[in-house]
Amino acid sequence: MELITAMKRAAVGDTLELLSSDQGSAKDVPEWVRKVGHEMERTEQDDAKVWHLFVKKAK
Amino acid sequence: MRIVVVGGGMAGTIFANNVARRLTSELRSGKARLTMLTASDKHIYQPGWLYVALGRMTPDQLEREQASLLEPEIKLHVDPVKSFDLGAKHVVTASGKVHEYDILVIATGSRPAAEDVPGLKENSFHCYSAEDALKLYDRLSAFNGGRIVVTVGLPHKCPMIPLEITFTMHDYFRDRGLLDKTEFYYTYPIGRLHSLENVALWANGEFAERGIHQETFFNMKEVDGSKAVVRSEEGSEIAYDLLVSVPPHRGQKVIEENSLGANGWIPTDRHSLHMQGDHGDSVIVLGDTTNLPISKAGSTAHFEAEVAAENVATRVKIGREVRSYDGKVFCFIEAGKDRATYAMFNYQKPPQPRAPNAAMHAFKMAYNQLYWASVRGLL
Repeated sequence: MELITAMKRAAVGDTLELLSSDQGSAKDVPEWVRKVGHEMERTEQDDAKVWHLFVKKAK
Repeated sequence: MRIVVVGGGMAGTIFANNVARRLTSELRSGKARLTMLTASDKHIYQPGWLYVALGRMTPDQLEREQASLLEPEIKLHVDPVKSFDLGAKHVVTASGKVHEYDILVIATGSRPAAEDVPGLKENSFHCYSAEDALKLYDRLSAFNGGRIVVTVGLPHKCPMIPLEITFTMHDYFRDRGLLDKTEFYYTYPIGRLHSLENVALWANGEFAERGIHQETFFNMKEVDGSKAVVRSEEGSEIAYDLLVSVPPHRGQKVIEENSLGANGWIPTDRHSLHMQGDHGDSVIVLGDTTNLPISKAGSTAHFEAEVAAENVATRVKIGREVRSYDGKVFCFIEAGKDRATYAMFNYQKPPQPRAPNAAMHAFKMAYNQLYWASVRGLL
């Protein structure tokens, strides 16, 4: 939800990094990004099990 | 020590009363001074608007004189702040009065911004003010069947309201014998029924039992009143007979006008609750006004206010702060007109909602009255 809110404020071409400890985010965020038409750049999980999801605003 | 509280809502009032109780002798002797600057002489119990929308409470039951709720050592001014000078450590109010501070607490809250979605304000009903809740009641009582669509904007105040308004409306139409003519269509911005995963899992079972339709990944783009449809950023379109919305929210305009935070949300440290940046040591942010990615809820405001009050009191007494906010939130969840459950969680522990029951609903109804003791810092 934080990503959706932040995306509204971002400019086209901006890349946002979402940090989430929620397992569901790693699955749901790429699905939402695909539906809306933004671009999923990459997804990483760090040693502390926190997901880092990089999303580029495409429109 | 001059302590100035900006905002007389739940966070500001609980904070001020809690500090006043901890620093009674310091305030009486003049060693400390506690001032509240607020926009209204009334205090509203906002969670009650849900019941107004269902015809179970009236707005006057949710309102008290702000002055009647405050400890006598608190200097109340119904004179809202217009500008902040964090470098010079003072604020200026609408009347032009300058208030200098050593510690500033900003708790100005949030406001629904239905106008951020084209067509939403004109074509939907919600319960984010007494007036709007009464309009929703009028619409519900005149509704004789059709499709009710629930739409949810981001961010919003009270994370449970999308589910609560759906469940309570469902019971309302069951009582009126209109359930077979009424279709419930619930939408939500992410890929499940609620932001909290365990709450979403619980809600799934309730939705299945009641036959409530759901569409996830639905972020409102616009409402076309002439065709009675709501469209999403994700490309879908839903026709409605009655559109019940949870509008997107913003922080107060004065926060945006003073460039304290984008959309009125002030960058805040999640543990100390101090404002981030150069002036953070003397500025605390509470309740909806923070930019923290946690529930914008009265309970959040309450628990944050208690932590901040203890810290400000110890700062006066022993020169240091002693507590850290752990993200504690306790939200009731009304699962209908006579059943409820709850979600209690913090930054580390997710909620584990249990099956709703009548006792938890009775507790919620009791809390609606106990609030007036809670806001005085007695509970």
